[in-house]
Amino acid sequence: MAANEAVAGTAHAPVVHGALAQFKDPADLMHAAEKMRDAGFKKWDTHSPFPIHGMDGAMGEKRSKLPWVVAFFAFVGFAGALTLQWWTSAEAYPLVLSGKPLFSHVAFFPITFAFAVLFSVLSTVIGLTFFIKQAYHHPVFFSDNFDRASDDGFFISVEAKDPQFDAQKTQDFLRSIGGTNIELLEEK
Amino acid sequence: MSATTSTSTSATVQKWKPPKLVLGNPSFHDVTDQISGIVERRDTPIWWWVALGISVSMAGAFFIQMAWLFWTGVGIWGNNVPVGWGWPIVNFVFWVGIGHAGTLISAVLFLLRQKWRTSINRFAEAMTIFAVICAGIFPGIHVGRIWVAYWMFPIPNQMAMWPNFRSALMWDVFAVGTYFTASLLFWYTGLVPDWATLRDRAKGWPKKIYGFLALGWRSGNSQWKHYEAAYLLLAGIATPLVLSVHSVVSTDFATSMVFGWHTTIFPPYFVAGAIFSGFGMVMTLGILARLVYPPVKNYITVKTLELMAKVIMLTGMMVGYAYSMEMFIAWYSGNGYEQFVFLNRAFGPYAWAYWIMVSCNVIIPQLFWFKKLRTSIPVLFVASIFVNIGMWFERFVIVLTLHRDFLPSSWDMFKPTAFDIGFLVGSFGLFFTLFLLFLRFVPMVAMAEVKGVMPEADPHHESYHHATEKEA
Repeated sequence: MAANEAVAGTAHAPVVHGALAQFKDPADLMHAAEKMRDAGFKKWDTHSPFPIHGMDGAMGEKRSKLPWVVAFFAFVGFAGALTLQWWTSAEAYPLVLSGKPLFSHVAFFPITFAFAVLFSVLSTVIGLTFFIKQAYHHPVFFSDNFDRASDDGFFISVEAKDPQFDAQKTQDFLRSIGGTNIELLEEK
Repeated sequence: MSATTSTSTSATVQKWKPPKLVLGNPSFHDVTDQISGIVERRDTPIWWWVALGISVSMAGAFFIQMAWLFWTGVGIWGNNVPVGWGWPIVNFVFWVGIGHAGTLISAVLFLLRQKWRTSINRFAEAMTIFAVICAGIFPGIHVGRIWVAYWMFPIPNQMAMWPNFRSALMWDVFAVGTYFTASLLFWYTGLVPDWATLRDRAKGWPKKIYGFLALGWRSGNSQWKHYEAAYLLLAGIATPLVLSVHSVVSTDFATSMVFGWHTTIFPPYFVAGAIFSGFGMVMTLGILARLVYPPVKNYITVKTLELMAKVIMLTGMMVGYAYSMEMFIAWYSGNGYEQFVFLNRAFGPYAWAYWIMVSCNVIIPQLFWFKKLRTSIPVLFVASIFVNIGMWFERFVIVLTLHRDFLPSSWDMFKPTAFDIGFLVGSFGLFFTLFLLFLRFVPMVAMAEVKGVMPEADPHHESYHHATEKEA
C-alpha cells in the first residue's frame, strides 16, 4: 500500500491510470493506431462504437484464439454426449425395444450433435468474457467524454501500466498524431 | 493512356451506388438517438398499455388453463384415441417453426454477408426466443403427469432409470433445449454493445442496470476482435443447428410407422416450412413496429421488406414442391394406404384445412412475383398473416393424418374443445406480452451493427465529403 502511494506521488494527488484522446472518424483513428503501434506502445487500445475493419492490422494485433477454446469444448460435448448415451442405454439401463441395437451411433447422433452445439455455444460466450477481460471497472470510465465511445466517438486510450507511459509525453504524442480532447484518466 | 483508363473506370464506379441500407442520411449519433430514444422515453404510449393489457390477460388465461390441465388431465383437450396428438403438438411445431426465421436472419444471412439483415436481426432473434418459449411449453404440459417431467432429462434417480435416447421425442428435448440456449446467448451477445450505449446515455439506477447487462463493455478494439470472432462462431454454430432442429422435430413424425408421416422428405420439407412461416411472422411484426415507431422506417425499409417477401416466395415454392412431391410419391409408391392418406387429406372430412393450407402457403406467395405487390405495405401485411395461418394449418393437416388409420373401425373425428382454442390463444398472449416488453425495454434495432454497415464506417470511405466540404 505504502509502495503504491510512493509510486503515485503524494498521498493526496489523484492516481493517474492512463491517457485518453479522441479522433474524428474511423480513418483518423486507424492512422493514429498505426502510429501508436510504430511508436512501440504496448498497453493501449482503440475504442469505436462498432468494429472497424483493418484495425487489428493497424494495431498489430493477432487473430483471436477463441475458436480453439470453442473447438476443444465442442469435442468435449460430442464425446461426453456419446459416452452418456452409451453408458445409460447399453450399460446401466439396457432396454430392448423392437430388437434395436443397444448402442447405435445413428440413433444417438442427434443428441450428440445437440450437446456439441450446446457446449460450443456456452464456451463461446463464457470464453468471450475472459478474452475481452470482462470487468465492471476500467480506467477509461473515469472520463466523462468516453460516454461517446458507444455512440459516435473514436478514442485511443493508453494505460499507465505501459512501460513508455509518461503523463506529459504521452499526452503530447497523442496530440501530435491528431488526437483532440486529450485528458488524463484520473480517479476522482 | 493508363490515366484515361483509370479515370473512366472510376467514373463507372461512381455511377453505381450501392443500395442504401439506412434511409434519411442519419449520422452515427442520429442512429443512437433514434433507436435508444424508443427505450428511453418516459411517456409510454397508450397503445402500448392497451396492447399489453390484452396480451397479459390472454397470457394469464393461458396459465390458469394450464393449472386446470394439471389438476384435471389432458382429457380437457380434444385429443382422442386415433388422434393422440392434437393441437398441443400442432402448436408446438407451429411455434418452433416461427422461431427459425430469427436464427436464419441472424446466422445464415450473416454468413452470407447480407448486410440488410442488421436492421431486422435484433427483433427477429427476440421473436425466436419468445416463440421457442411458447413452443417448449406445449410438449411440457402434454406429458400428462407434469410432476415427472424431469424424466426427460438424464438425472440420476433412486429408480436407476434413464431416458430412452433412441426415441425421437428425446431428441426433441435436447434439440429444442439447445436451440433455446443458443438463440438466447446469440441474442445477448449481439446486445452487449447496445446495452453499453444505453448505459452511457442513462443516469441513476437505469445506468446501473444497463451497466450490469453491458458486462463492462468498453468498445475497445481488443474487445471487438474477440467479439467478432465469437459472433462468427455463434453464427457458424447456429446455422447447422437451425437446420437440425426442425429436422429433429420432423423425426417425431417421420420415425413413426404412420402412412403420410414415414417419409424421408420430412426434414427438408419441415425446415423450408419453418423458414417460410418465420419470415411471415417477422414480416407481420416488422410492419407493426414500423407503424408504431416511425423512426424504425429508416432501418426496416421497404427494400428490406421486399427482400423478405422474396425469401417468403422462394420458401413458399419449396413447401409447394414438397406438397406435390408427397402426392406424387404416394401415387408412385403403389401403396394403397399411402395413397389413401393423401386422398383423404385433399378430399376427406378435413379437406377444408388442406385447401386453406395450399391457398395460403402456395398461392398467396405467388403475388410477390409483382414488384408493385411486394413493395406495398398493406399487401405484405395481409399476405404475412395468411402465411401464418397457412403454416398453422399445415401442421394441423399433418397431425390430423391420424384420424383415419389402418382399421376403419378405429377411425374417429377430432373435435377441438374450448380449451384447445384457449391454449392456442393463450400462447399468442404470452408471445405478444414478451414481444411488447421487448419493444419497450430493449433496443429493437442492433445499433452497433447498423453503424458498422453505414458507408461512413469504412475507414477507406472517401470521407469525409461532408467534413471537407464544410471546411472548404
